[in-house]
Amino acid sequence: MSNVSKTVTLNMGPQHPSTHGVLRVVLELDGETVVKAEPVLGYLHTGIEKTMEDKLYYKAIPCTDRMDYLAPMSNNLGFCLAVEKLMEIDIPEKVQWVRVCLAELTRINSHLVWLGTHALDLGAMSMLLYAFRDRESIMDMYEAVGGQRMMTTYIRIGGLAQDIPKDFDKGIRKVIKTIKAGLVDYETLLTNNEIFINRTKGVGVLSAEEAINLSLSGPLLRGSGVNQDLRKANPYSSYEKFDFEVPLGKNGDAYDRYLIRIEEIKQSMRIMEQALDGMPEGPYRAHVPGIVLPPKEDILYKMESMIFHFKIITEGFKTPVGAVYQAIESGKGEIGFFISADGTNKPHRVRVRPPSFINLAALPKMCEGNMFADVVCAIGSIDIVLGEVDR
Amino acid sequence: MLEMILFASIKVVVVVAAVLTGCAYSTLLERKVVGHMQHRMGPNTAGPYGLLTPLADGLKLIFKEEIKPANIEPITYMLAPMISFVPAILTFAVIPFGKDNTFFGHDFTLVLSDLNVGVLFVFAVTSLGIYGIVLAGWSSGSKYSIMGAVRSSAQMISYEVGYGLSIVGVLIIANTLSLRELVELQMLPLWGTVSFLPNWFIFSQPLGFILFLTCAIAETNRAPFDMPEAESELVAGYHTEYSSMKFSMFFIAEYANMIAVSAVGATIFLGGWHGPFLDTMPMLSVLYFVLKVFCFMFFYIWLRATFPRFRYDQLMAFGWKVLFPLALLNTIVTAFFVIL
Repeated sequence: MSNVSKTVTLNMGPQHPSTHGVLRVVLELDGETVVKAEPVLGYLHTGIEKTMEDKLYYKAIPCTDRMDYLAPMSNNLGFCLAVEKLMEIDIPEKVQWVRVCLAELTRINSHLVWLGTHALDLGAMSMLLYAFRDRESIMDMYEAVGGQRMMTTYIRIGGLAQDIPKDFDKGIRKVIKTIKAGLVDYETLLTNNEIFINRTKGVGVLSAEEAINLSLSGPLLRGSGVNQDLRKANPYSSYEKFDFEVPLGKNGDAYDRYLIRIEEIKQSMRIMEQALDGMPEGPYRAHVPGIVLPPKEDILYKMESMIFHFKIITEGFKTPVGAVYQAIESGKGEIGFFISADGTNKPHRVRVRPPSFINLAALPKMCEGNMFADVVCAIGSIDIVLGEVDR
Repeated sequence: MLEMILFASIKVVVVVAAVLTGCAYSTLLERKVVGHMQHRMGPNTAGPYGLLTPLADGLKLIFKEEIKPANIEPITYMLAPMISFVPAILTFAVIPFGKDNTFFGHDFTLVLSDLNVGVLFVFAVTSLGIYGIVLAGWSSGSKYSIMGAVRSSAQMISYEVGYGLSIVGVLIIANTLSLRELVELQMLPLWGTVSFLPNWFIFSQPLGFILFLTCAIAETNRAPFDMPEAESELVAGYHTEYSSMKFSMFFIAEYANMIAVSAVGATIFLGGWHGPFLDTMPMLSVLYFVLKVFCFMFFYIWLRATFPRFRYDQLMAFGWKVLFPLALLNTIVTAFFVIL
């Protein structure tokens, strides 16, 4: 009997209810215990980075929406900040504050979807619908500012696609109210739920050292107790002017990550409230002729504006030769855009540092030696979006 | 003699039809209740309030193409759904669902067969259902299925112990194994003294009732103990490779099992068909019985909408380390008091 293998190889995915899309994990099981877990990627490869090389800088923005489709605004923001850094554009203060507000809204959006799907993976099906119910208010807000519910492309190079609507303030405050009421529901259902704690505590544990060695970021890294948040460590878009806390975990398990994300939702609401209270007046786009699109009103009445508009739309703008890297803290972690510019009107190479992809590398470490059911919990607690993993 | 056979046949047909309809409509009930708990409507397109949904579901499943994987064991694969389906229905053979009355001058008992060891029969038959699940998992030739089946057998065997022990307390007090006599005992005043409350065993055996309820959920593989089919891990567990009507057989079996344990629970702990005004209108008893079963069903659905799922090892630990000792304790304490 010695040549009989004691383990079973189980293929999980790419079509599987809880691999969040088309992730495939090849598991080696010894009974219910995972001996080896190997993520297999590439089932959603869409060539987004390559596509961006063939587009004008303006027209590459919609590609970023489609990577992490649950956090369109923060992806837009990351790419636009990178281009603005390359072109050395100063951004009006109002734009920066609106961007912060929307980036935080997006963080809540991303966390809500994570919360719903993660709970669903653990069998708490109602949570999914509660989270999506409240996410609906965020979708409405997206629609109000950008005209789209998911692929907003609202944040543009040098500013915003259009001015914020008149009832922006009212709308965001309504969202905050909805989410605050929703949080009570979520916490009642999960935070002190014996079964939920049993399922998540001590599952997918990563020590601080392991997390750093795997170059993780976002709630996964902070769950292991490493205080690293780009909004604090390397502020962009005037984050330094906002007062908020970065929640940290102790044990580095799935339960800590849950607590951190819930706390981040609360902190995001705090930032949004501050942004609304102190929202400065001003233009919604920087005035940089030839690079940033002039406001639509001017195009109708001013000759130069119309010419610039025409030139930018048809042939874009020429960049200096060089390379920039700009990273921001999205809901899932550090999303960075590296742009190598060769002086033409299209990027020579765009490379994205996707948080989902790099965080996914922690999966084998989180699963091996644990139970089979914990694989689902571990995948959930990483919070991946396959569009971003494969790009 | 002929009359007896005729009566019995009619009763059998009516009961089976009622149970099957009950199964069909519990799917609708579940979807509606869970829907409203989750801020959605639930099914509402087929018929008024979606009342024809079960019919539409059934028709759809019958006409679905049947997909058979290549490496199945054909005979067992075919038999498995039936094996899990039949015991689920069999339970109803001994459950009294109404007060005896006369019908066109004949005595008419509202129970299919008044076995004097009804309780034993129920527990024996419920345990048989596991064969269907194990065989289904084994014959499907899929790793997900076999894992579901293995989990399921371990779970059901473990919880069988707690399930059985939880009612031993009642049996010690009642001193009978006949479900009919159990109901009659529960019609007396509580503890023979409190006249305004009936002697339902839930009052004398509260712990036994809670244990029974918990174990019954595990017995029927319902959330939060729905380990065998834990969809987030095992896709659909033992019935992953089943399609069309065979799949729906498992589905009906699950719901029939739910109704069965609800009926057993109602009979043993909630006084069966007992309720007020039975002297004037004996047929009310059937309504009371259905209502009590409904309460159990609602409780199951409610749990499913609320709780996450246990992990396999936690489930086993819970069964053996919490439920089993408690059930044992309950039995011993009850026995002690009865001897006193």
